[in-house]
Amino acid sequence: MAVVSESETSRQRRSPLAALWNDPRYRAVIYQLLVIAGVVFVVGYLVSNTMANLEQRQIATGFGFLDREAGFAISESMFSYDATDTYGRAFLVGLTNTFRVAIIGVVLATILGVIIGIGRLSTNWLVAKLASAYVEVTRNVPLLLQLLVWYGVITYALPHPRDADNPLPGVFFSNRGIKLPAPVADIGWLTASVGVLVGIVGAIALARWAKRRQDATGQPFPTFRAGLAAIVGAGIVGWAVGGAPTAISVPELAGFNFRGGMTLTPEFAAVLLGLTIYTAGFIAEIVRSGILAVSHGQTEAAHALGLRRNQVLRLVVLPQALRIIIPPMTTQYLNLTKNSSLAVAVGYPDLVSIGNTTLNQTGQAIEAISIFMAVYLSLSLGISLFMNWYNSHIALVER
Amino acid sequence: MTDRIETGQVTGPPRAPTGAIRWLRENLFNTWYNSLLTLVIVWAGFNIVPAMVDWLVLEAVWHAAPPEACREAAGACWAFLHEKGRFILFGLYPYDEQWRPTLAVALALGLIAVSGDRRSWGRWLAIAWALGIVAIALLIRGGALGLSYVPNNQWGGLPLTLGLSIVGLVFAFPAGILLALGRRSDMPAVKAVCVAYIELIRGVPLITVLFMASLLIPLFLPQELSIDKLLRAQIGLIMFAAAYLAEVVRGGLQAIPRGQYEAADALGLTYWQKMRLIILPQALTIAIPPLVNTFIGFIKDTSLVVIIGLFDLLGATKSALSEAGWRPMYKEGYLFIALIYFVICYSLSKYSQALESRLETGRRARR
Amino acid sequence: MTVDTRPRPAAGSDGPATAPGDPIIQIQGLNKWYGDFHVLKDVDLSVDQGEKIVVCGPSGSGKSTLIRCVNALEEHQKGKLLVEGIEVKNDLKNIDAIRREVGMVFQQFNLFPHLTVMDNLCLAPVWVRRTPRREAEATAMQLLERVKIPEQADKYPGQLSGGQQQRVAIARALCMRPKIMLFDEPTSALDPEMIKEVLDVMIELAEEGMTMVVVTHEMGFAEKVANRVIFMDQGEIVEQAPPSEFFSNPRSERTRQFLGQILSH
Repeated sequence: MAVVSESETSRQRRSPLAALWNDPRYRAVIYQLLVIAGVVFVVGYLVSNTMANLEQRQIATGFGFLDREAGFAISESMFSYDATDTYGRAFLVGLTNTFRVAIIGVVLATILGVIIGIGRLSTNWLVAKLASAYVEVTRNVPLLLQLLVWYGVITYALPHPRDADNPLPGVFFSNRGIKLPAPVADIGWLTASVGVLVGIVGAIALARWAKRRQDATGQPFPTFRAGLAAIVGAGIVGWAVGGAPTAISVPELAGFNFRGGMTLTPEFAAVLLGLTIYTAGFIAEIVRSGILAVSHGQTEAAHALGLRRNQVLRLVVLPQALRIIIPPMTTQYLNLTKNSSLAVAVGYPDLVSIGNTTLNQTGQAIEAISIFMAVYLSLSLGISLFMNWYNSHIALVER
Repeated sequence: MTDRIETGQVTGPPRAPTGAIRWLRENLFNTWYNSLLTLVIVWAGFNIVPAMVDWLVLEAVWHAAPPEACREAAGACWAFLHEKGRFILFGLYPYDEQWRPTLAVALALGLIAVSGDRRSWGRWLAIAWALGIVAIALLIRGGALGLSYVPNNQWGGLPLTLGLSIVGLVFAFPAGILLALGRRSDMPAVKAVCVAYIELIRGVPLITVLFMASLLIPLFLPQELSIDKLLRAQIGLIMFAAAYLAEVVRGGLQAIPRGQYEAADALGLTYWQKMRLIILPQALTIAIPPLVNTFIGFIKDTSLVVIIGLFDLLGATKSALSEAGWRPMYKEGYLFIALIYFVICYSLSKYSQALESRLETGRRARR
Repeated sequence: MTVDTRPRPAAGSDGPATAPGDPIIQIQGLNKWYGDFHVLKDVDLSVDQGEKIVVCGPSGSGKSTLIRCVNALEEHQKGKLLVEGIEVKNDLKNIDAIRREVGMVFQQFNLFPHLTVMDNLCLAPVWVRRTPRREAEATAMQLLERVKIPEQADKYPGQLSGGQQQRVAIARALCMRPKIMLFDEPTSALDPEMIKEVLDVMIELAEEGMTMVVVTHEMGFAEKVANRVIFMDQGEIVEQAPPSEFFSNPRSERTRQFLGQILSH
């Protein structure tokens, strides 16, 4: 007892500063002030150094350089660009090139990844083993190395245009890239796309009508097949209305290179191939574990109710598996987009590679890197906002 | 109509043919589409495998030879590895001193292998690592004990890849733990700083972080303080890995039930005692499998330093392939280093899976 | 509007009808193996319309496997199994027909977590029986009232207690208006205070004349409801008798041992 009272009195006798320190609220404030002071100090120090360095090297700060003439050519662009255009326009070319390879890559990686993920669950031993070998190899070798391999395959192993591989009529593989036949621009293709859009709207309306009818009468309707028919049909009608253009530009050898058709440059093809094959390995794992996560009890219960195999898959397994699959899948899409920045290693003019050229020419390193970060961060932020929305709306309700 | 023990005449199950035929029927030909798939795969195998064996082995050039000799052969040019193998493995490191990085790599791999055994975890392992890292640094850098000094712009190849990975993790791991604790802190300012850092780094590609490290660090620091290229790359890698490791550790922290925190508080432990003695040991154990996966990703990611001009495994290979005559041998070169990366990453991932299943059973046993 | 939720008459429009007096489930010489493990050994059993059977036995005795063979969740390898006169064999048409007539309740409830209680109940009537939605919902609501949780219709399974989930699962099976109900240890995963609410629903169902096969260790339920109690051990039916006889005067030593074990606590 004596000891306790002594320690109590000694605590009371402590200085007010110590009392402040021992109050958890104040201690937290003090810690936070220290952290903020530290951050402010470090940032201030770096900024002052940077200012001094920039002054010494006579580099102007700010984004004024974006209006200056770029003076370098870009090998591929989705809109007109030449060396006399501004740096700003060059960045825009890079941004669209990043999105082009990322969007096509996401679609292809999803298709391939789903096939391989399901393949790993196959009851066919060979298929399962091949699929898991694919996953192990693609996931355990650096993406950059894979990109370089594909680039090497396209630029070295493929023949010169004059003896290009011609696996299908009008399709040529050569070290100048992949040549594909492409329809010649015509109003008919525009009306056809309008037709497809109308078809999609129609298919949605059809699905709604089918649901209402099933609710009322109990009769199911082959929504998927009918919807698909509506979309294809409307597309064909649109094409016919626009004059049914049939002109297709087929690549032809002219001198040392091809003329006509559509080109996938070796750089674009290598980046696309590398990103698709690498990301598909990760997507396959996500798909596999998503399907495995739906417990066996769920399929059993559905079977016991008399649902057929495809109904069990459509009404019970997939809705649950997708809830598990979609969040990590969006992370993979984001990774693919970020990884497209490795295009700089093979010379595909994406955002980072054009920014790199720009900062080498102008010395505007801070600005160029800020642009990279702003673009990728807003992308990440957008995706995570979507994920938060998704999680709050779609995720399973639990206690 | 009661006891039927006597009447239960036990015979075997109605058996399909046994052995290989049964296995084939159950695993390769169980449905018509599986049979079709099997046939397609076997057919493709008959077309691809012999060609691959031809290229890899039978028609390959195995002896040392000039590149011109390889042009005539139909198979792989392993002469390339004869000529450039040591360059790929060690970069520009002085040829006569290459036993030093060899020994260093062996030492590092030995330490990693020992660390794989959970029984070795403890103080002695930490001491062994500390000594090991000093020894490795000494071996590679030299300048003492009669070893000649090798400046770091001559370091390269496998030792550089492993070095960037190991040093990166050694520094990024504690930083990641601090960031994770900060992100879960009650103090808004601390939390905001940590969240901002983690999300900023995770939101951008590694290549931009590396560009930042290699181009902006010289701008950020006073003129008289210059940092060489290797160290800048290493700083960039550490900054990058710390953010990812922080998220993995945070996952582990979130898995610890609130009761553990409350019990520690009830015992009168301070915040740091609570974290060090109670929470972190459990959280990090749970997080081991994802941590190892992050390590694997990090080892692969170090290959990006080639873009800022370092001669790691990939950089040295690229540089070897840029020499006239050897350019077409990219398949041999890349295959060689792909194999090295694969062996390292695959064995780590198998290890992480084994550990995960053991931890899983451990947890179930405790329930 | 009243909706008939009683079991439909035996001579239903789907599938061949059983002649009156015929057993609704007939099992003869049923054998099943998991690999080399003999789970069911020459099991013979017949269940009459409206009969209530309780199956008990130690774990691993094959009792769950037996009732899972009845609606073809498990495939048997030897022997004959007829439900409603339809043979259960590896034939999707037969299996679909049988599953429409046989409801099942699982130990782990197996409600669909992504659907509301109401959607769980309507799923099979809408997609299998092609019932109009409104009609299916009315039936579902009546059944929810019968299992005493109509107010939970719009919640998700994850928001309900175990006992409530199991009652939803019973209602879900009843929505198909089955002629036979199978229960696979329906109360084993429940906390003690929730067991009664589930058993009460089952007793009510039994009183309405449903044919029921129940795998359970709830001997109170067996005594109250069962026409016959079946004891299984090591894949065999060791003993079957009316509950009074079964509990007071078990004939086999194994039954006595088992009863001693489960009744002692």
